[in-house]
Amino acid sequence: MQSYVHVILAGLSSGMFIWLVASGLTLIFGVLGVLNFAHGSFYMLGAYCCFTVLKYLGAGYWAGLLLGPLAVCAAGFVVERFFLRHVYRIALPYQLLLTFAFVLIFDNLVKIVWGGGALSPPSLSFLGGSVPILGRNFPVYSLFIIAVGPAVAILLWLLLEKTWYGRIIRASSSDREMAASLGVRVPALFTGVFVFGTWLGALGGGLAVPYVGLLTPGMGETIIIEAFIVAVIGGLGSLKGAFVGALVIGVLSAFGTRFFPAFDMFLTFILMGGVLLWRPQGLFGAAR
Amino acid sequence: MKAETRNSAAAAAVLLSLCAVPFLAGKFTAYLTMRIMLLGIFAVGYNLLLGQTGLLSFGHGAFYAAGAYGLGLLGVHVSTHPLLGVAAGVAAAVLLALLVGYLCVRHTEIYFAMLTLAFGMMAFSFFWNAREITGGDDGLIGIVRAPVSLFGGIDIPIGKDGQFYFFVLFFFALSMWAAHRIRQSPFGLALAGIRENARRSEFAGVPVRRYRLAVFVLSGAFAGLAGSLEALLESNARPFMAHWTHSAEPVLVSLLGGLSSLAGPLVGGAIFVAMREIIQRFTENWMLWFGIVLLVIILGFRGGVMGTLSGLFRKAAAPGEG
Repeated sequence: MQSYVHVILAGLSSGMFIWLVASGLTLIFGVLGVLNFAHGSFYMLGAYCCFTVLKYLGAGYWAGLLLGPLAVCAAGFVVERFFLRHVYRIALPYQLLLTFAFVLIFDNLVKIVWGGGALSPPSLSFLGGSVPILGRNFPVYSLFIIAVGPAVAILLWLLLEKTWYGRIIRASSSDREMAASLGVRVPALFTGVFVFGTWLGALGGGLAVPYVGLLTPGMGETIIIEAFIVAVIGGLGSLKGAFVGALVIGVLSAFGTRFFPAFDMFLTFILMGGVLLWRPQGLFGAAR
Repeated sequence: MKAETRNSAAAAAVLLSLCAVPFLAGKFTAYLTMRIMLLGIFAVGYNLLLGQTGLLSFGHGAFYAAGAYGLGLLGVHVSTHPLLGVAAGVAAAVLLALLVGYLCVRHTEIYFAMLTLAFGMMAFSFFWNAREITGGDDGLIGIVRAPVSLFGGIDIPIGKDGQFYFFVLFFFALSMWAAHRIRQSPFGLALAGIRENARRSEFAGVPVRRYRLAVFVLSGAFAGLAGSLEALLESNARPFMAHWTHSAEPVLVSLLGGLSSLAGPLVGGAIFVAMREIIQRFTENWMLWFGIVLLVIILGFRGGVMGTLSGLFRKAAAPGEG
């Protein structure tokens, strides 16, 4: 019983990381219609930038978490404003490949700037301990992550459903031409949404710094596959779906790692195959 | 008719110069030429799916790896006959492609791309995790190049790279011929129709989903052939072959050379291998430079090398039409 609770908690916290990355990916896909391969790279850059602020500026973790992802937003701005903007209207392979090119570029830039080896960040003083839950110690930081995920979800929901900006974003995503003719500056809006999505991914990376232990140049590639799977299971473009999908995947793979270590990746894929056979458009996707 | 003669002449010239490579050029050039031919088989088969049918798969590395492991496992446990090995590799790739394709072809566009990506990574994690069968992250080692024995008596040795070159060349030529025939066949034309307008093809009586599955399995067979030949060339099979970055290679190569012709992916493959060699010679950061080249192609030369070239020729032939 105790071990089940712990496995579920561990699954929830890893699921919340996937959610943070998948939320930015889903938002960008939902509004811009572009599947951003480089989103995992923004996650990685977020982690490295946060680490740098922590280590070289001597600032605390919270400063790193604030400044690191902001720095990554600059990269997101350059990608959308000077490159991605030119391929919205052309065939899908080119869009995917354009963002794939940025995966190669960012991975390599990270190797040039920070070196190819793994970096281990300094340990946290605050939120660093663990609390006893049902007789076993559980890291406080994981509990913090479990709280951050839903908080981000609620803020996103409020932003999109309750604010004027949210209405503009929803209007532009469902009919770009109509929104433009009503006076919405759609290109600027798309840049804004892309940069915001970038920030969400980079925030996930920054939050991951104390959690993953080691930073490696390949850390974005693992998470992007998981975020893709979550986005497919939830239904492409559906934030609600991404949230539920991330929770399910997180808990499922935690159970997999605990009870079937040789097949933990498989459980995820079996789930995805099953969902798609049953509901091809994903759990919360609109029927096509 | 005229174009046909010109094409066969070009094909014969390419074949002859490929035959001459091991005699005229150094060992390393011959090795690189083999790598180009392998990538060419992979990419030309793949382009039946992407260029001809308009389906973007990001998981063909899985079939490449299935080819390599199929040959490797047969070689380690049953028989080291290279032709049987290649047959086993292709068969393994075909079976896997049938399974994956059955689940994926009901979708198109972005869903198809992501599904194939996910199933490709599933194959990757299988090859990585099933250590007892596949050797895990060390790969499957100890694959040998036994002589090709024909009709019980004749043994053709392929142990040395200079001998193995012609083994690769044989399958390369066979693949190019097969791909050409498939593109020209009524089946190939139906695939192009599906690419242009799937619904209209459906109304015209083309069983769209079955044709998509058929071309998916065919392209998987090409990938398996290339993979099994690489296993013989490098004497091992590695999980990385199924990784999504490897699955991206035929996509890159097809776009680099041009989607619309048979020669496109071949030219793209040659450029890809050459570019990687040259960039790696000057700098460790080949991914960075390759990414930049890719950006230039996508933003500036979307027809690929072949498309851009034929556009230039057209312009030169008919000035003022632009």
